[in-house]
Amino acid sequence: MSAPKDGWVSSFSFLLFCASSIPTWGSASLLQELSPQEYFSSLQAGRASLAYFSHNVSPGAQPFLEQIGNSAEALQDYGISVVKVNCPKEDVSRYCGKENALRKAYLFRGNVLIREFPTDALFDVNSIVANVLFALLFNEVKYVETLADLQNIENTLKGRSNMVFAYVPATGTAEHRAVMEVAFVYGTVHQFVLTTEATLLKDTGNDEPDVSSARLLFCHCQQATDLAQPCRRTAMEQALTMLNIHRHLKLMGAPLVTEVAEDPEKVSTVHLQLGLPLVFILSQKETYEADKRTAEFVAWQLLGKAGVALLSRDLVDLNILLRSNVALKTPDEGVPIKYLVLEDTDEVITLVEDKNKVEQIQEDEEEEEDEEEKENNNQDIQDDQVVEAISRDKKRELPLEQILVLTEETFHSTLLDSAWTVVLFYASWEAVSLAVLRSYTEVADLLKGTQGVLLSRVNCWDWPGVCTKENVTQFPTIRIYEKGERSVMYNGMWGTEELTSFIMLSRVSCPLKLATIEEAEGYLRGEFPSELSSYHHTSVLGVFSTATSEAREAFKEAGNILSGHVTMGMYFEDDALALSRKYAVSPPALLLARSGGQSVEGITLSKQSAQDMVQMIRYELLEVFPEITVQNLPRYLELRKPFLILFSDGVIGQMESEEMLKLAKGRPWQAFVACWLNLKKTPVGRGVLKTYFATTPSLPVLVWVNLHAGGQVFKFPSEQAIAEMNILSWLEKLKAGLEIPSSTLSEEDWKPPLPAYDFLQMMETAVPELPPHTSHRRGDVPERCPPESPGGDTAVREEPSLETKAEKVGSPGRDLRGTAPRLAAREKQGKRHSEL
Amino acid sequence: LGLALYAGSLCAASGAAFLYHDYCVIGAGPSGLQAAYFLQRAGRDYIVFERSHAPGSFFALYPRHRKLISINKQYTGKSNGEFNLRHDWNSLLSHDHQLLFRRYSRDFFPNADAMVRYLEDFASLLKLRVQYNTAIIHVTLERDEQAWNGHYFLLTDQDRQNYKCSSLLVATGTWVPNVVNFPGSEYVEGYETVSINPEDFAGQTVLILGRGNSAFETAENILGVTNFIHMVSRSRVRLSWATHYVGDLRAINNGLLDTYQLKSLDGLLEGDLEDLAIVKDEKGKLHITLRFYLENRNTSAGINSITLPQDELDNFATRAPYDRVIRCLGWKFDFSIYNRSLRMMPGKGNKKKYPQIKPSYESRGTRGLFVLGTASHSVDFRKSAGGFIHGFRYTTRAVHRLLENRHHGVPWPFTVYPITQLTNSIIKRVNEASGLYQMFSVLADIILLRENATAFEYLEEYPVGVLAELEVHTGRKAPSGLFVIIMEYGRNFSGADKDVFYYNRAVGEAQHAWQSNFLHPVIYYYKRLPTEHEMRLRPPDWPLPRPDAIHHIVEDFLTDWTAPNAHILPLRRFLENCLSTDLRNFFAESCFLFAFTRQKLPPFCQQGYARMQGLVGSEGLRRHAAEAGLLEDYALTDFSGNGPPDSHDGSQDQLLTDHAIPVRPLQHLVNAKDE
Repeated sequence: MSAPKDGWVSSFSFLLFCASSIPTWGSASLLQELSPQEYFSSLQAGRASLAYFSHNVSPGAQPFLEQIGNSAEALQDYGISVVKVNCPKEDVSRYCGKENALRKAYLFRGNVLIREFPTDALFDVNSIVANVLFALLFNEVKYVETLADLQNIENTLKGRSNMVFAYVPATGTAEHRAVMEVAFVYGTVHQFVLTTEATLLKDTGNDEPDVSSARLLFCHCQQATDLAQPCRRTAMEQALTMLNIHRHLKLMGAPLVTEVAEDPEKVSTVHLQLGLPLVFILSQKETYEADKRTAEFVAWQLLGKAGVALLSRDLVDLNILLRSNVALKTPDEGVPIKYLVLEDTDEVITLVEDKNKVEQIQEDEEEEEDEEEKENNNQDIQDDQVVEAISRDKKRELPLEQILVLTEETFHSTLLDSAWTVVLFYASWEAVSLAVLRSYTEVADLLKGTQGVLLSRVNCWDWPGVCTKENVTQFPTIRIYEKGERSVMYNGMWGTEELTSFIMLSRVSCPLKLATIEEAEGYLRGEFPSELSSYHHTSVLGVFSTATSEAREAFKEAGNILSGHVTMGMYFEDDALALSRKYAVSPPALLLARSGGQSVEGITLSKQSAQDMVQMIRYELLEVFPEITVQNLPRYLELRKPFLILFSDGVIGQMESEEMLKLAKGRPWQAFVACWLNLKKTPVGRGVLKTYFATTPSLPVLVWVNLHAGGQVFKFPSEQAIAEMNILSWLEKLKAGLEIPSSTLSEEDWKPPLPAYDFLQMMETAVPELPPHTSHRRGDVPERCPPESPGGDTAVREEPSLETKAEKVGSPGRDLRGTAPRLAAREKQGKRHSEL
Repeated sequence: LGLALYAGSLCAASGAAFLYHDYCVIGAGPSGLQAAYFLQRAGRDYIVFERSHAPGSFFALYPRHRKLISINKQYTGKSNGEFNLRHDWNSLLSHDHQLLFRRYSRDFFPNADAMVRYLEDFASLLKLRVQYNTAIIHVTLERDEQAWNGHYFLLTDQDRQNYKCSSLLVATGTWVPNVVNFPGSEYVEGYETVSINPEDFAGQTVLILGRGNSAFETAENILGVTNFIHMVSRSRVRLSWATHYVGDLRAINNGLLDTYQLKSLDGLLEGDLEDLAIVKDEKGKLHITLRFYLENRNTSAGINSITLPQDELDNFATRAPYDRVIRCLGWKFDFSIYNRSLRMMPGKGNKKKYPQIKPSYESRGTRGLFVLGTASHSVDFRKSAGGFIHGFRYTTRAVHRLLENRHHGVPWPFTVYPITQLTNSIIKRVNEASGLYQMFSVLADIILLRENATAFEYLEEYPVGVLAELEVHTGRKAPSGLFVIIMEYGRNFSGADKDVFYYNRAVGEAQHAWQSNFLHPVIYYYKRLPTEHEMRLRPPDWPLPRPDAIHHIVEDFLTDWTAPNAHILPLRRFLENCLSTDLRNFFAESCFLFAFTRQKLPPFCQQGYARMQGLVGSEGLRRHAAEAGLLEDYALTDFSGNGPPDSHDGSQDQLLTDHAIPVRPLQHLVNAKDE
């Protein structure tokens, strides 16, 4: 806002400067009181003065005196002094002597009397200033009374100078004063013409002029070439004040179209300074001439309302739509230029003329921009990593030749063909199942040539019947069918390794019944059964005596549940005792052989139910000091304990490993998961550290995280060695609350990442009759009011109106009852053959 | 003893023995057989009464010219059986793939004989219990507190045999021909009996009363041999491709429109048949005049004294005499067999040919009486497909499900899914479901959210008109809000008179989806079940009251709503914002990061990764995600040595949104506008 104001102020002060640049004499008192001699001797050639003569104080002249006094200041700006001449009692000279002379004021230039004013013409400051200037600017401001006079003046001006034509309802008004004041400045530039005859106004093209208000027209006579035609006129639309007229004349004086070859943001013209918008016509080399004509046309239409500039796109590098053809720059600072695509010049004009429209368009634009911003906010941009990854991968042909496509017809017969049929149920439009399909192809590649295993897939989008029958309610689902009979649903990680291992382990019955002690030993060493020997796994061997059949059954059931995830063997021959004795357990017992039988752990079975056994086996399979990975974290998360993690860049050192193992094995707390993380193998660990410490700390770093309670993160002091005792005492301090957490995990909920399209609001905007939720508008509708019922409420009646309206308009012969009388009245009949 | 006495008195009162069934179905047409199928599968005690010796007796006679106008699409390019039902308008629902109509006819518009054979097979192969040659001539009520509905239905057949039922399913269709009475209507031949041999019309001038498919079908048959055909009816011709209502004039029958508009002598006129009068002259020619003139005439005078319109108006349109006048005015429901106590009332206005029923298809007058099939079309007359096989096969199933819940405690079938499957379950249904598609704006899928919105129940094809009574009708609860999935046409798109081919008729951008004109899925979200009051006060033209939020899936040229960015993404955002959660999918690696850096996991990680079902993803996919800026590749920062993060403050969530690279859809290509 400051820029236009500055413009205003500067132009206004320019005006005042012009006015006051005429030096004044006398400054002590604006209204001077002089004797006649003093007065007449002080008159200088070319200086104007307004004087009135009085004998001391005549009471009737008092208000007049006051007004004259008030106008002194205003007139001073124009170099006119105001003097009260005190006539001596005895003076009977021209001005002092006659009684009626005392009722007048006299305007002198030098010592020449220009005009005498009756005091009743000088009723206020406006009238004084107006009349005085009017008298002084006799040549600059022509007064006309008839149309002929006006036309004469106009004709003489054509091709020479412009004309300012003003109508005021009466002289001596504020408007009159304003015109005169401006004429004082511009009188030499333009020819001013003044009238008080409303008829002249009518002839200037105003059909219904409001004769009570003053009007001002700028007549472009300078450029007029055709003498027969009246000069082009631009009416001023604002009230006639000095500032407005001044502004109008400034605008009329500005070039019609400014040619611009710079960034429109930097362009400034008199229009913008005066608080008016600037319209850019975006031009291209190819269309320059036409664009220029358009710009001039528009400029004439907008003269006085907005500036027009012709912007050559070829010269300016604009980052805007190619189809934009118009830009609008508003004087308000900070409002960016709007680039628009408009159909014709009328739109440009309405854009400016209709203030509301401008605002509306601006709003629209803003909305559009908002939308754009929202778009920039990525509302319609995929922010689902899986979906986006699949989209980016969709052009790649998947190596699916190893995977058999099953259909409704082939499904059941195929299951019978091989010992194990793995079926991936997926939907070809669903991203997660397509992601799994990609891993599945890798599995197929790994298992190529494996005996008795067939990999297949069913697209549930093609064959929903099969999927429903197989109870597939989510995508993806993987089932392994054994000889078309039993099937196991895969419930592990959707990863190549995990799935491959699951398929391989599923081939071996779980638990596997071991027949001899040699087999059992081999099983613990990981050598038996041979098909699993290449799979690194932990073996669970249940040792049962003949008396423990109940536990054995539970173990079998647990085996069914854990099938594919764990290898389980079972030994219950007579010499089971020998085996249990060897590992110092008494049956029923479990022997856990980790990493190829290097260590065998014996656990006595006390729990008898299968579920408990599953729980126990799962728990026992957890390592004491595991390397945490993306794949195995969930197992440890399940424990819902705090984590003590050693982050390491690569494999952890021997010393740290031993100390940590000691700590974990001691399990003095039994209440946390001690683990380590290899940043080389699990690079996402860096992301974890970054969240904890903003920067990656020096490695290795030991961190305590209360994942499930409070989320505090503590960092083991890096200056201390990672040794069991140090850690324990640190943990004590943590427990005592003596340490300050490095950070706390956000407990924020997972909110929608971005807003949705608010269609409800859009519909409301477009269809206002959509009632608000708790509407009382239709609250009194009678129940089940059928639309046909007469006197039904309006809203209900809207329903049939659509149909009936069309019929009423479109089919005049809707019913014959109406037609028959019309048959008699012939005038309309016979024209429409669609009527009877 | 009391029971015996009671039974005795019962017999004594009515004077005949009753054969009792839980369910009685009147009519073995398509809807009666469809109902029988569901009752049979549910193991219910039911019987179907059919007055003819075979099922589908209506189709044995009608359409007279034997061409069904329901499409029988052999190929859709898809193997999805449910989807294909969208374009199979003749099959009934069953588990038997043999009973698909395309196995009975290869014609796109099959012969009605194929329908008769189909219905015979449907009844016999499925061993439906149909009692043929049994015309129910009277139905009345017997009050009994013990009965399911407080009364039994007593049915009497033509042999005075009585039957007693707890629930009555009326599947009689509309078979009573509509007739008009005006002076001279005795000269009018009915569609039921008029000759279908074009030879009989050679060189004749024919006037057809009516403007439905039967009228046009009749005209089509004789178009080539008549002098000319005029067709008169009260309403304007409504073209089904303009109204999207299959009951309006189908393009296959509209040959007469061609000849009319091309000035080939045939023509259409509008006028109320009630005001018509036909006068026969000595030569047997039929003249059209108006009742108006007959009322004023001197009754004693002969034919020549009758004023004809052309006497006053010598260019009167139908001044030429006709050889024949044929009435093709459609059919209405047979109200005559119901005792007054059943209060079987005709509908109002243009629905007077149908009995009044509730949106649950239960009679307004009698509890326990359900109207199925064509006769139930008042629910969606001129709107959806409930009067046609491809529509009422689904509404019949809906009625069956209501009954199962009401009388047998079997809740509406539902599937429970974890919330992560919310988007998928909707996408799956809107892409393949036939019931939603055919019975648009009438049947809706309902998603009932369970507490905490971690899981939801999915109910298929519930009649949306009785949404307020959902808990009563389905036996399910809606404690935490619900979604209603429905298909709709654009509100101001369809209709006689509308130019349905205007430029830009199709919307392509997802953000303008609410302005979609063609059939597209709409999802309403309610925080709680709307009340009956709200249902009544719903805005005109709205199938449902104002929801708390609404989503339109933008119309699709291929009706394939599986596009990840245009269809699924906006839907997901809508669901997320309704539930105030994040429904994105994440790779296991992201879940790992969240597990260590946030106290809460997004649902996908919570229900997948945390339960050992994380999506590990292939190397290539993770690289794509990283390239898209949706997954940070920490291995890269690893290589750079110290790997200081530039400006990310670690929050993966921010990272996910900040770094998304715009993937601008090619707006012009995704747009189905045919400009």
